[in-house]
Parts: sequence; structure tokens; C-alpha cells
Amino acid sequence: MKIEQEERELIEVKNLVKDYGGHLAVDHLNFTIQDGKIYGFLGPNGAGKSTTMNIITGYIGATEGDVWINGHNILEDPEEAKRCIGYLPELPPLYVDMTVKEQLNFAAELKKIPKKDMEEEVLKVMNLAKLTDVSGRLIRNLSKGYRQRVGLAQAVLGFPPVIILDEPTVGLDPKQIIEIRDTIRELGQKHTVILSSHILSEVSAVCDHVLIIDRGRLIASDTPENLERQMADASGMELLIKGEEAQIRDILDTIPQAADVTVKESGEEAVKKVTFRLAGTGEEGVDIREIIFFAFADNRLPILSMHVNKASLEEVFLELTADAESEDKELNADLESENTDTENKKSDGEEEL
Amino acid sequence: MAAVYKRELKSYFQSMTGYVFIAFMVLFIGIYFMAYNMMSGYPYFSYTLSGMVTIIMIGIPVLTMRSFADDRKTKTDQLLLTSPVSVGKIVLGKYLSMITVFAVPVVLSCLCPLIIKMNGTAHLKADYAAILAFFFLGCVYIAIGMFISSLTESQIIAAVGTFGIILLLLLWPNLVGFLPTTALGSLIGFFLLWSLAVLIVNRITSHTGLAVILEAAGIIVMVGLYLIKKGLFDRALTNVMEKVAITDVFQNFATHYIFDLGGLITYISIILLLVFLTVQSIEKRRWS
Repeated sequence: MKIEQEERELIEVKNLVKDYGGHLAVDHLNFTIQDGKIYGFLGPNGAGKSTTMNIITGYIGATEGDVWINGHNILEDPEEAKRCIGYLPELPPLYVDMTVKEQLNFAAELKKIPKKDMEEEVLKVMNLAKLTDVSGRLIRNLSKGYRQRVGLAQAVLGFPPVIILDEPTVGLDPKQIIEIRDTIRELGQKHTVILSSHILSEVSAVCDHVLIIDRGRLIASDTPENLERQMADASGMELLIKGEEAQIRDILDTIPQAADVTVKESGEEAVKKVTFRLAGTGEEGVDIREIIFFAFADNRLPILSMHVNKASLEEVFLELTADAESEDKELNADLESENTDTENKKSDGEEEL
Repeated sequence: MAAVYKRELKSYFQSMTGYVFIAFMVLFIGIYFMAYNMMSGYPYFSYTLSGMVTIIMIGIPVLTMRSFADDRKTKTDQLLLTSPVSVGKIVLGKYLSMITVFAVPVVLSCLCPLIIKMNGTAHLKADYAAILAFFFLGCVYIAIGMFISSLTESQIIAAVGTFGIILLLLLWPNLVGFLPTTALGSLIGFFLLWSLAVLIVNRITSHTGLAVILEAAGIIVMVGLYLIKKGLFDRALTNVMEKVAITDVFQNFATHYIFDLGGLITYISIILLLVFLTVQSIEKRRWS
């Protein structure tokens, strides 16, 4: 029974297109969201994250394509579909002339939470978002961090199966960011959470699954660990070695795993900074660091420091979005690719509408 | 719907707009009432209401400008439109809340005919019928204001637009007099109106073929009718355009003391049409 639930597709997005007068904000997007995980939507600004979220939640319509939420089509059965979603947009949609409690009561009524449970439900989300201290204050007088929390409480209200958060930590101080992340993790235990971000560390810290979006297209979808593993080729080493450049290069030439060796002055006398990329895995069970250590030790060249650079999600992301960009450039005429910057800016503006 | 209605109503009285609107209305009802009925001794309260028709032209835009423009600007429409509530119910909730605020000064004005009665002859039936017609006229204006507010993000544009249209409707009976009355003039007038309608349809549907077919069909029908029965077009444009003068219904109540039931039904139809158009304008915005 449990397994069945985990395998269930909660959201299905099929061939989604959003055309803003000639500019494709979302370009034939396909993905499915399974029950009970935290998903991260990752992409640079203007990649189409907000647009996609707005379409999934039924705020705007798609030019083409379909969205199913828990089996309900967002167009054919909007009320049932929307009932399954709690949404926190980029800017929390709050009425500044209401108090926190009034706002949440209003949201509870909109979400058709039965009158008898309302009080309890509102209290629950206020505790979750740590809002009990400010429940009587006007939203007008709240700081950005508190407003974000009210928005989060509002999204969580009624505990819908899917909670969608658009850049939930933007504009918050580090302490608030940690708090919101903890809350998201807590929510992720019982709900499916989708959050968007252009901050990689956030996604890798919180999410079970990452969807990387660039220019409205899905360019990767995997767990953060797998994405990093895919990039094993990009990992490399950085060493500080006391010795002559020629000698260092000779030694490294004997080690097949070391590729693209660069040797630079480190600033210290006679110490060179050596970096190289790790190519291939080499022999099973042998640590590359050992090989390097003994190779230099045999030649009596002291290694002053050794550091393995693992590919972070950041690099994966940059690599993938850069790939998409270069493909684009190959496809398009030069003139057109020069225009992409202005197009991106345009899409930013339009998303705010 | 109830949730939206309650919130909007509350917000009118939290942001002062509601109080200011009611105070403004009551003040001017008082001034006109004093001048016409108390000082000049005119026994019909409906006379005061005729004066108020120009005053609500200023009051109503203030009441309606916020309704959708502000939601759109502050993005609170994201909460409404992603909730399991249909757009129709959101629009109705907001509309009813504005009507409720408008009803307060109207209900207060119901005291005035009684004051007249205390001081002499009163025509209670005619006066209360006029108050009813005045209320419905206000509801039509509110529906116009709400529709315009749903078209824009700016409260100023919404207010000025609403004011402009209400003023135009007020001047309409006089403006119609300038229209050509000859058959050919009517034909040209209808042609222009039809072209405008087709243009709007084209803008909404973005379907050029449909627009061309509609335009061609309209021209064929109109020119055909003109050639077959020219008499049909005499004064036709003026007759049709006179129908748009919605203040006439209120004037039937207020100056001719006629209970114009047909007119009230016209008011209700216009309200329903505008509510429908507001829903469409919000839906349309989500798709473009």
C-alpha cells in the first residue's frame, strides 16, 4: 500500500507551452511529480520557473499542453485540482489591510475548510510558521520575512497534498532562510513539496529530486547526488608542490588519471600551484590521492597541500545551462542569439504582469 | 463567494473608502434635500435624487476603482485565482460588497420622504419607487466601474474611465440629437458600429477569417435591407442609440412618476451583461 502511494503520480505536465507574444516562456515542458518527495525547480532568472508554477496552479493558462493534478485536469476540473494545491507565489499574495489571523481565516474560507475545523487549522499553520506572536498584527506592518511566513502558512493551510513554493527564501536573512528550510523539510515528510530557486545550495540542501529548467525547457531531472555523479569527469585536484615545473609535469605524465595539467606560481618561493582534471576512474579501490602522494614522494618533491574538487551542483547547473546555450547558438543565426539577452529581459517583465 | 464578499466589505470600512463614500453621498443628499424639499418646498424627494445622479458620477468611480485593479497590482489575485473558487463567484462577491456599501446611503435616504410627510403632503409611493430606480441605476454604474477596473492595473485609469463613461451616458440623450436622421446617414452609422463590433470580436478571438466573414455578412445584410426597404433606415440610428440612454429609465420614475418595470429589467440585464464581461475580461487576461 505504502509503495503504491509513493509511486503515484501527483502532478503530470504534458507538452506545456506558454507563448508570450512570440517569446516562448515555457517550451514543450514534460515532467511528472511523484507523491511524497521534495522537488526543486532550478533555473536562472527568466527560465520559466514562475510561469510553469503559475500554470500548474491555474493562475494563468497555457498556450498548449495539459496539467493534471491528482487526476484532475486544471482546465476541465479547476476547482478540484486547485483544492489539491497550496501555492506561495514569488510575492506572497496578502491583503495588507488585514491582520495575520484575518488573512489566514480568509484563505481558509476560500479553500473551503469547514467552519468547525477552521480555528484549529489556522492555529496549526500559525504554529508551524511561528506566527502566533504576530497573529493580531496588520500585514502592512510586518517585515518581509514575516510576510513570507504568512504566505507559507497560507499555502500550507488545509494541508493539501501538493505544496508549491516559488522562491520561498528570496529576500530573507540567513536565520530566516534556515527556519524556512527546516519548515519545508518538515512539510516534505507528509506532503509533496515543489520549490523553485535559483540558489543551488538551497536545492541541494532540501530537495530529493531536481528539475533543471532553462529557457522554458527541461534540461535535467534527477536526484542531486546523481547529477553530481554524472559530472564526475569535471572533478579535479589542486595541489601545492615544492619543485620545478618541468619535474612536476614529468611526474604527472606518468599518471594517466591526470589530464589538462596546469602549473602556476603560487606566490610562495619555489612552490607551484598545480591543478588538473581527473579523467577516468583508474584502478578499482586505489585512491588517486595515494598514487599522487607516492609519485611525488618517490621523487622527493614535497606536497604541501592536496585538495580534491568535487563537482558541486553549481557546476552541474552551469555546465548544463551552458550546454543548452551553446546548442542554441549553433542552431540560431548569430544575429538571433545576440537578441536572446533582450528577449530574456522581456520575459522577466512579462512574468511580472 | 461569501468569503470574498465579507473580506471586501470589511476592507471598505478598514480603508476608509466606505466611510468616505457614505459620508459624501449622505452629505449631498442632505444638501439637495435641504435646498429642493425643505427650503423650496418641493414635495417630491425624487427631485433630490435627480440631482444625485450627477453626484454618484463622482462617488461610484471611487467605490469601484479598487475592486480588481488593486488586486492585480498587488498580486493578491494570485490567491483568489488559485483558490478552489470560480471566477464568477469572485466577481459576484466583489460586486455584491460594493452594492452593499452603496445601499447604506440609499437606505438612509429612505427617511427623507417621511420627513416630507411630517411637514405636509408627500408622495411616498412615487418617492420610494424613485429610490428603488436610483438604487438600480447606481448598481448599473457600479457594474460599469467594476468592469473597467478589471481591465486595468491602475486605480486612476479605472476611476477616470468609469467617470468618463458615466458622464457620456448622462449626456447621451443630448448627444443623440447630433446623429444623422437620414436613411443613408443611418446606414453609414450602422456600418461604423458593426465594424467596431467586428474589430472587438477580432481582438478577442484573434481570428481574422471570422472577422472578415462577419464584416462581409453585415455589409451585405445592411446594404441589402437598404436597397429593398429604404424607409426602414429613416431615423433608425437615432432610435437605436436612444435606447442606450440608461438614465431615461430613472427619469421615468423620478420626473414622470411611472413605475417602469421594463426599464428595471433593462437595468438588471445590463448588470448581468457587465458581470459576465468582467468574468470574461479576467479569464481572458489569464490566457494572453
